[in-house]
Amino acid sequence: MIPRPRPEKFRLRRTMMFLSAQKPGLIKDAYIYGCDSIMLDLEDAVAENQKDAARFSLYHALTSVDYGDTEVIVRINGLDTPHWQEDVRVCVAGGADGIRIAKCESARDVRTVEAAVLAAEKEFVREEGRTLLMAALESPKGILNAYEICCASDRMFGVAISGGDLRKSLQTSPQRDGIDMLAARGQVILAARAAGIQCFDTVFTDLDDQEGFEAEVRQNKAMGFDGKSLINPRQIRFVHQVFAPTEKEVRQAEKIVRAYREQSAAGVGVFTVDGKMIDIAFIPGAERTLRLAKACGMYGGDLI
Amino acid sequence: MRIERPAVAGTLESSDAMVTVEPGEGLSLELASSVMNTYGRQIKETVLETLKRLGVEDCFISVVDKGALDCTIKARVECAVFRSCGLSEKDIPWGGEVR
Repeated sequence: MIPRPRPEKFRLRRTMMFLSAQKPGLIKDAYIYGCDSIMLDLEDAVAENQKDAARFSLYHALTSVDYGDTEVIVRINGLDTPHWQEDVRVCVAGGADGIRIAKCESARDVRTVEAAVLAAEKEFVREEGRTLLMAALESPKGILNAYEICCASDRMFGVAISGGDLRKSLQTSPQRDGIDMLAARGQVILAARAAGIQCFDTVFTDLDDQEGFEAEVRQNKAMGFDGKSLINPRQIRFVHQVFAPTEKEVRQAEKIVRAYREQSAAGVGVFTVDGKMIDIAFIPGAERTLRLAKACGMYGGDLI
Repeated sequence: MRIERPAVAGTLESSDAMVTVEPGEGLSLELASSVMNTYGRQIKETVLETLKRLGVEDCFISVVDKGALDCTIKARVECAVFRSCGLSEKDIPWGGEVR
């Protein structure tokens, strides 16, 4: 078994790429694409009569493929199916970093999965609390309950919008300017930020529309998302590029963090950097910029 | 485990293998592989080891390999065997007989 480090609740997750757990050709070398997380799918990408086979594949992929620094998340089947409990068992037994709860609609859904995860951690003698959770919000009810879902468990590291079903329920379709999803995206970002966890936008499925994809990624970044779900490796590079901080932001963040450490050591709480007032409220943002810069290869310093 | 009825797992896609098990007396393995010369022996060993781990003693097994990794071969053999016993859907002994 390939040992994986303890999953980190807060880490860089700009790109999360979906791969069918049923396709050995896809899952064996998924880490080479350089996405931050891979999402091995037991749900919609796997035909109803192949759910069992996908779990066997998944178990052996999790225990024998070295995914290195790439985070490994598994999307399990919905709570209204006969599959999800065995999905949880195989995820925990195989040592997946986290589980994505499909079609999550309430805090109760999260707690139901959490109880099954804890039972599986006991059954397979894994560290209790190791397996992280995230929820996909795919219905108006899920979006409206976003905040209670985000707060439902200490294991929750993020929420994702899943656009396909949601657009149908909202009686809309993809629009160039994103107006179709504006209310949902806004609600999910607010909920995630209020709960202090991450949020991820839905997939962009028209691979021939590069312009539309790029516009959506830029809007995601401008709205405050942490990252995006992807369906094709060729979408990775652009997202990383857009989510990377600018040179100027990195230099500014470095100055702020350095000045803050010096000033607070000297007992000063509020001060100026380049004429702008800085206090402790700016530090988490600046540190986040540096972490992002480090992951993007733009910062090699030792402040982070 | 006892093979109760014929069962299949896997596909003929690249990097996959299609495994068929049927009731039989003793172990009989039929292997066709796109990488037979280089990996034939290794695949055979993996299949037989997996059957042994599952306690399968009587079985006709056919493997059509399309360049699958060891871990895929194991997954397909296990799934076919569990399917043949009607036990593939839940309470799989992950980390036990399946490892």
